[in-house]
Amino acid sequence: MKKLSARRRHPLAAVVVLLLALAATGGLYAAFAPADKAQAEETAQSLAIDEGKKLYSVGCSSCHGTGGQGGSDGPSLVGVGSAAVDFQVSTGRMPAQQPGAQVPKKKAIYSQAEIDQLSAYIASLGAGPVTPTEKQYNPEGADIGKGGELFRNNCAQCHNFTGQGGALTHGKYAPNLADVSPKHIYEAMQTGPQNMPSFPDTTMPEQQKRDIIGYLQSVNSEKADNPGGLTLGGLGPVSEGLFAWIFGLGALIGVAVWVAARTAKARKS
Amino acid sequence: MSTQDIPEENLPSEQDAGHAAVAEADAKDPFADPGLPPHEHRIQDIDERAAKRSERTVALLFTLSMVATVAFIASFVAFPVDKIVYIFPFGRISALNFSLGLTLGIALFCIGAGAVHWARTLMSDVEIADERHPIEATPEVKAKVMDDFRQGAKESGFGRRKLIRNTMFGALTLVPLSGLVLLRDLGPLPEDKLRHTLWSKGKLLVNQNTNEPLRPSDVRVGSLTFCKPEGLEEHDHDFQTQIAKAALMVVRIKPDDIKDKQQREWAHEGIVAYSKICTHVGCPISLYEQQTHHVLCPCHQSTFDLSDGARVIFGPAGHALPQLRIGVNEEGYLEALGDFEEPVGPAFWERG
Repeated sequence: MKKLSARRRHPLAAVVVLLLALAATGGLYAAFAPADKAQAEETAQSLAIDEGKKLYSVGCSSCHGTGGQGGSDGPSLVGVGSAAVDFQVSTGRMPAQQPGAQVPKKKAIYSQAEIDQLSAYIASLGAGPVTPTEKQYNPEGADIGKGGELFRNNCAQCHNFTGQGGALTHGKYAPNLADVSPKHIYEAMQTGPQNMPSFPDTTMPEQQKRDIIGYLQSVNSEKADNPGGLTLGGLGPVSEGLFAWIFGLGALIGVAVWVAARTAKARKS
Repeated sequence: MSTQDIPEENLPSEQDAGHAAVAEADAKDPFADPGLPPHEHRIQDIDERAAKRSERTVALLFTLSMVATVAFIASFVAFPVDKIVYIFPFGRISALNFSLGLTLGIALFCIGAGAVHWARTLMSDVEIADERHPIEATPEVKAKVMDDFRQGAKESGFGRRKLIRNTMFGALTLVPLSGLVLLRDLGPLPEDKLRHTLWSKGKLLVNQNTNEPLRPSDVRVGSLTFCKPEGLEEHDHDFQTQIAKAALMVVRIKPDDIKDKQQREWAHEGIVAYSKICTHVGCPISLYEQQTHHVLCPCHQSTFDLSDGARVIFGPAGHALPQLRIGVNEEGYLEALGDFEEPVGPAFWERG
């Protein structure tokens, strides 16, 4: 002991202690981890959860906490379900680039396989809405008229009558739904991303969600009819009035100036 | 001065004379009134063939307008209302709307363009100055009018026969009353309709999407559901009248997040039911943000905090949204425990 004690002020002493501590932590982890691992490797699902956990630790844990319990920078992910993860990550909203009023849509960072693994991990934290299958969200054969009625009653207050989006409080907004895939619309209704309220199957059954998706496709796609011509953003009288004031009145003033500027006299001055 | 019939060869000398006169004035008095600039002729004033050309152009524009009007009527008859055609850059547009707009636009534009062209090239363009004159009447006329009035008043005996004068004043004062009485016919007063809705004790909360009564387990935290009172159906003749007052939004907030004590008592396990009608001017208001619990009105940006008794936190609304007191009946369905305690929607004179 005297030998050790004598060297306790050696410049390398701190490094040696740190190495010993790290070795002890690693050793303890190795001693306890295998029990979990043996259980987890039984099925492919568990493997996905494991892979998802690794991805989560790297990409998500800094805000949502090491166990998905949430923190000051991100909400708890316990019970949000795989549908929420699939929506947030495959629309590129998560991982978020910077804090702000609302996290915008951007290019997705993870591949679909990685998203599935992340979803499996988050779903394992607590029961929540499950990623829908194509049968659930495919709007084939949907009742478009009924969908329109449901959309106007439940969604149009924020997303506008044809899903063009609109402003909310303090810089938040309801996004345009024109190029959102049916799967993501379905997941958004199910999970209520960010400040959007959710419309769970208990209050809005699956078939009604399909009707809404069918309605949105019929009014928003490239092939949609626009009896009135230019939609001007589909925002109603505000944009139409602005267009009339700026371009309509502008053209009238332009013509008036043009007529008055040209002299009718034979002798040009 | 008429310049229309001055031969062409006389024009330059006339204009020279005009310029000379102005120059002379400059020499004597630098601030003399320069008068109107000399009149210059248009090509149509000088050349009869150019005038004929202008006439034909104007006539052509008016004829084009007539053709466009005929085309307007023809397309109104020809195109069915639901026919869709692709026209760049408008996209898939209604054939009827497009042709009506185009032909009416041409018809109106050609009338305007023809009139402008006519006025610019053919109508007289000589500037004429009219001198101002006083609008006051002459003293003789004024004296005559005053004399006539005085004599008329004297002959009528207006000042002497006081009985006639006073009864006339009475009659003239009473006549407008008949108009006031007629105002009473402007429909019945609302009585207490503004204070009551269809909600009453024991009425179930029916989900407007499914037309089924709601159970507490149906309403998740963060979800938004719209409800109507049990017994009100969409095909009822007074559906719109009733739902305009009874419209209800149901959200679920974690009970710990509810700041208002009364709100927590009137809720059921965090399920709160609020009127969907803005208390400012009565717009349907349901732009609910599930993280902040703010509800925004799209008309004038009034914002209510659903986690704090729906009090107004921004905008022109004057009252918190009325809350409906709810509970659960024996069969496990959500039910109202009475009507709204205060009138829903915008304030009115007698609201108190």
